[in-house]
Amino acid sequence: MTTDRGGDVRLSGISKTYGMFTAVHPLDLTVPEGSFFALLGASGCGKTTTLRMIAGLEEPTTGSVLLGERDVTGLPPYKRPVNTVFQSYALFPHLDVFENVAFGLRRRGVKSVRGQVGDMLDLVELGDFARRKPHQLSGGQQQRVAVARALINHPQVLLLDEPLGALDLKLRRQMQLELKRIQTEVGITFVHVTHDQEEAMTMADQVAVMNGGRVEQLGAPTDLYETPRTTFVANFLGTSNLVPARFDGRSGDDLLLRAGDAPLTLPTARNGAAATTGPVLLGIRPEKVSLVPATDAASVPDGRNRLTGSVRATSFIGVSTQYVIDSPVCAGFEVYVQNVERDTRLVPGADVVLHWNPAHSFGLDATQDIDAGSASVEEDAAA
Amino acid sequence: MSWLRRNLVVIAGLITLAFLILPNLVVLVFSFNKPKGRFNYAWQEFSLDAWRDPCGVADLCGSLALSLQIAAWATLGATVLGVMVAFALVRYRFRARSTVSALIFLPMAMPEVVMAASLLTLFLNMGVQLGFWTILIAHIMFCLSFVVTAVKARVMSMDPRLEQAAQDLYAGPVQTFLRVTLPIAAPGIAAGALLAFALSFDDFIITNFNAGSTVTFPMYVWGSAQRGTPVQINVIGTAMFAVAILLVLAGMLIGNRRKKQAR
Repeated sequence: MTTDRGGDVRLSGISKTYGMFTAVHPLDLTVPEGSFFALLGASGCGKTTTLRMIAGLEEPTTGSVLLGERDVTGLPPYKRPVNTVFQSYALFPHLDVFENVAFGLRRRGVKSVRGQVGDMLDLVELGDFARRKPHQLSGGQQQRVAVARALINHPQVLLLDEPLGALDLKLRRQMQLELKRIQTEVGITFVHVTHDQEEAMTMADQVAVMNGGRVEQLGAPTDLYETPRTTFVANFLGTSNLVPARFDGRSGDDLLLRAGDAPLTLPTARNGAAATTGPVLLGIRPEKVSLVPATDAASVPDGRNRLTGSVRATSFIGVSTQYVIDSPVCAGFEVYVQNVERDTRLVPGADVVLHWNPAHSFGLDATQDIDAGSASVEEDAAA
Repeated sequence: MSWLRRNLVVIAGLITLAFLILPNLVVLVFSFNKPKGRFNYAWQEFSLDAWRDPCGVADLCGSLALSLQIAAWATLGATVLGVMVAFALVRYRFRARSTVSALIFLPMAMPEVVMAASLLTLFLNMGVQLGFWTILIAHIMFCLSFVVTAVKARVMSMDPRLEQAAQDLYAGPVQTFLRVTLPIAAPGIAAGALLAFALSFDDFIITNFNAGSTVTFPMYVWGSAQRGTPVQINVIGTAMFAVAILLVLAGMLIGNRRKKQAR
């Protein structure tokens, strides 16, 4: 609304309940000024409700919303310096592209809108479409009109509610880069709601993973991916192998673990479980694991975590080959191997040794549901 | 034979169309008649007399003006009230909502004669002078259901996110209603208003019961039919038909031009 960048978005103790149902549990969140922030989670996790509370379209049950130093909790949406790109865009069907984009300026009594609207349409490459009605545009073009309509007001924060959900895969990739470019260009804080973990990781500087109305973990995409703190995050962002194990002592900076008969090590710094005794889940990403036939077991260097098993299935993806290994301690262990030199002995039924650098493992509390987050991805894909 | 089979749909369509339009054609043709005697039921000879002097029969144009006036006011009243009722029924959850929703349909379902008689009873018991105002009140009453039905369908299919988007773009409640809600609901409102106008203009039964000594155009036609039918009635009927067709054609032309411009 104004040119001053109003500082961080701070949510403090904000929650939302509908009757008996709690959509968002009290949560504190700070979105740094000028950052691209993603709220990631499956449908129904409270991410959209959180976004709508920032927009003012939903009144929080408790807590407050601050833009910089200003408390906007009680302000109606039309008085907040915040604009939204809605899911399925919500373009005004009775107005053409030009009037859609000019809407916010006109409501604020800006006199000369022609130049500004023209510039904004050029930014989203829709200069030739000014006099078309929304229904005459393709999905991607409608999406860009929705972005232009919000951005032209120079909001302190731009909220995006699943803006790419209705687009096909190729266009979605293209628009991800486009949105990132626009964000870098205008320097406005973007808060982006999505259920697509790849989208969140590609675009955002910071990602808050939400589940059941709570923030599970907050951090940069690489931190979330490399060091998940809960089984939900481990399974929801990419794929993780979680091996049930027990703590079995300590050696220097390493925790010693035992899964079945196999000894494993976990650097103390990478242990996300509260305890250092009793059961624990040892996590490892599929692409960090190496695979050799059991006959070559001697070639595995010392100091690596290793498990034995047999190949259940293989699938050739092109850039890599994905193996599913049944190990006595962990059924359905996934391994992704780059197709540099393919080992033709790794066929279904073959006995193999899995090994990886202990520093790539992460420890998780064993009291959690080991499958949390893995099913919801499929539900979303089906929906 | 195969020609017949291929064109069967077209032929059936043309026959249906003829069925619909033939009565209007008869009205048109007989507006150029020069009847012998008072009844315009048999073709005699071509004449433009009635078209030259449409108001030549006593009270005819007066009743027409009255009918148009009542129709205009009834349309306005029923549309304003109906739009408000439709929005209330779709947007708000109140206790008597389903009851109101059902009651609104009552005038459509009830036999017109029954409603006319009971309205008359009501007016007489209240001691109201029958005339222009009682006709207007009655017309607004039965037009209301049709407006509500037409507008409700439109409002229900409206995406609530459009209004949220307007609010998000600095439009207050009044601006949101005027700039977004109303324009999008406009086709439904227009349909309801047109329906109300047509229903009010040619209503006979309810009007006849509640008019007192006031005479509207349908009542005039009915009354004159007892004593003889002036050709001017056909002239007025044909003129109304022509105006309606012209309006429809103009609407289509404007619509087409808009579409072309947009491309």
